[in-house]
Amino acid sequence: MIESRAGAGTSGATLEDLIAGRLPDERGRFGEFGGRFVPETLMPALGLLEHGAREALDDAAFRDSYAAQLRDWIGRPTPLTRAERLSEAWGAHLWLKREDLAHTGAHKINNAIGQALLARRMGANRVIAETGAGQHGVASAAACSRLGLPCTVYMGEVDAARQRPNVQRMKLLGAEVVQVTSGDRTLRAAIDEALRDWVSDPEGTYYLLGSAVGPHPYPWLVRELQAVIGIEARDGMIRATGSLPDGVVACVGGGSNAIGLFHPFLADAEVELLGIEAGGSGTGLGEHAATASHGSPGVLHGSRSLLLQDPYGQVRDTHSVSAGLDYPGVGPEHSFLAEIGRVRYEAVGDGEAVAALEECAAAEGIIPALESAHALAGAKRWARERPGAVILLGLSGRGDKDLGILDGLREAGGLVA
Amino acid sequence: MTANGDGNQRITAAIGNAREAGRPAIAAFITAGFPSTEHFEGLLASTAAEADLVEVGVPFSDPMADGLTIQRSSRTALQHGTTLPWILETVAGQADDPPTAPVLLMSYLNPIMAHGFERFAADAARARVAGLIVPDLPLEESDPLRAELDPVGIALVQLVTPATPTDRLKQVCAASRGFVYAVTMKGTTGASVDAAAVGDYLAQVREVSPVPVLAGFGVRTASDVARLGRYADGVIVGSALVEAIEEGMDPGEFVRSLRGEEHKP
Repeated sequence: MIESRAGAGTSGATLEDLIAGRLPDERGRFGEFGGRFVPETLMPALGLLEHGAREALDDAAFRDSYAAQLRDWIGRPTPLTRAERLSEAWGAHLWLKREDLAHTGAHKINNAIGQALLARRMGANRVIAETGAGQHGVASAAACSRLGLPCTVYMGEVDAARQRPNVQRMKLLGAEVVQVTSGDRTLRAAIDEALRDWVSDPEGTYYLLGSAVGPHPYPWLVRELQAVIGIEARDGMIRATGSLPDGVVACVGGGSNAIGLFHPFLADAEVELLGIEAGGSGTGLGEHAATASHGSPGVLHGSRSLLLQDPYGQVRDTHSVSAGLDYPGVGPEHSFLAEIGRVRYEAVGDGEAVAALEECAAAEGIIPALESAHALAGAKRWARERPGAVILLGLSGRGDKDLGILDGLREAGGLVA
Repeated sequence: MTANGDGNQRITAAIGNAREAGRPAIAAFITAGFPSTEHFEGLLASTAAEADLVEVGVPFSDPMADGLTIQRSSRTALQHGTTLPWILETVAGQADDPPTAPVLLMSYLNPIMAHGFERFAADAARARVAGLIVPDLPLEESDPLRAELDPVGIALVQLVTPATPTDRLKQVCAASRGFVYAVTMKGTTGASVDAAAVGDYLAQVREVSPVPVLAGFGVRTASDVARLGRYADGVIVGSALVEAIEEGMDPGEFVRSLRGEEHKP
């Protein structure tokens, strides 16, 4: 766990800089994290993307078309649900921000439709995307189908096997799904492969990155498109309870749903922010994916951020029951928030997450995704520390895609919590 | 030592010697620790005896700019426990009598960062490393590393590609030390290249570059070398050489074949 430290990071950048919109800076940095570490071939394309994204987000007509898609196609705003029975059981007041009710079943669609609109505006011929659990792949496939753009999704073959329903959905939505057999055959290898594709045609291809990671401007762009979660949730809490929550909890893989939920609360100093990473099966290297908790600074996938790596700078294999959190890096804005102590990051293990999923399903009639179940387990733990606290939880997605994994665990005799 | 120190001079001299002999310089890339740590030392010596420059690839877990061949060799090398300190030690242990080709390292940024820029500069200088190529370090992020390498005379080579706009091309070439690595096409290492189509591009790079220009990506045969050699000061051969090693061929012999020379019995 990272202790709360007020003030600036080692670079001198501060929370105030972030709140005031001065971060990322002109070099794409959140303090010492972020930047643009990519092959020369991609540098002009990233420059064009940054320019195109800034222009689009400043254009009222673009924002209107994005807002219309969010409302009419995705079904936003998503509800804020008071979790009556979990609140009672945990001795807290638990509110769920229901991204599981967004079209395609997770928060990923907010970013996917925004970037697909941008791809069309910038004249791309085709869209490529990576996916871990398959939610971003499904969201990208759906958004591209809606806008008439050809879409190719890279997915590690390990993930494709454990999230098969999402592979079928992507195909039905008209996307080509390429199973990645190189590297560790999960999300990280899928990103490597998507980058290789993009390097082959940086002008005609739009890379629709799904998390708040990668080279500048992606961490910023994805956060801007996901901030709708936090903006709606903050308004919703004030309307429903008359005040801000005591704590906001979200799961963190690359960290897109968490940054979208947290960002609008950064200036609310009294609100504690808690990011929950995948603790996997243990604390040893290779047994988890808890990057902000156990990582060290390094460069992967185009930006400098916290990483799980060995002493020689080789990126480590990770493990999590949740494909969406099974990633050895974390977005640069999260690394900065960890460094300055504004967000506390903790790990929740496979067993605790599965138990939380089952508890939520039984108590609230909601089957959360395994990713979101990590946040639930983290919130349960936090509720024990702070009896009576008001907790806002980002329920990032629905768990239908995970039924196969749960069956597999049951057959294997379950997990040790 | 200045920015034009020892490593830079050895690199430009090696390219100059090839030019005086009326042929393009050949920079030969081999993955460190491949096919095994025991075999690598011999392969390095054999390569250095024939090539004008040797690029020793530091294997990385996530080689995003590389095609299948280098991905495969990198993974194998890592499975054999190849590390940057081991590579520096192995390069340092190379006999230099008679003098052999200058050695450059080609590494993604993270292994260098994990070693520490300052410590890397000192250790690499001690190992007589002449230069460093970092495929995921664009000009904008390169100052801190160059600031450590310039004083010890290690050349930080920058890359340019056909997608690099003209203004940027000038800036990148001006910052590059030793030579400029002109990527001949979009995409990853290992694909094939249409030499005629890259002539104009290479001529443009040569016009603005204060240092020699070496063309890389997709160089596979003696005729690729001859055709690209008309437009550049030299060529870089990587995937094709690693494939030759996979097939059990001696890398020195493969380099000779790229010059169009007959196999020596």
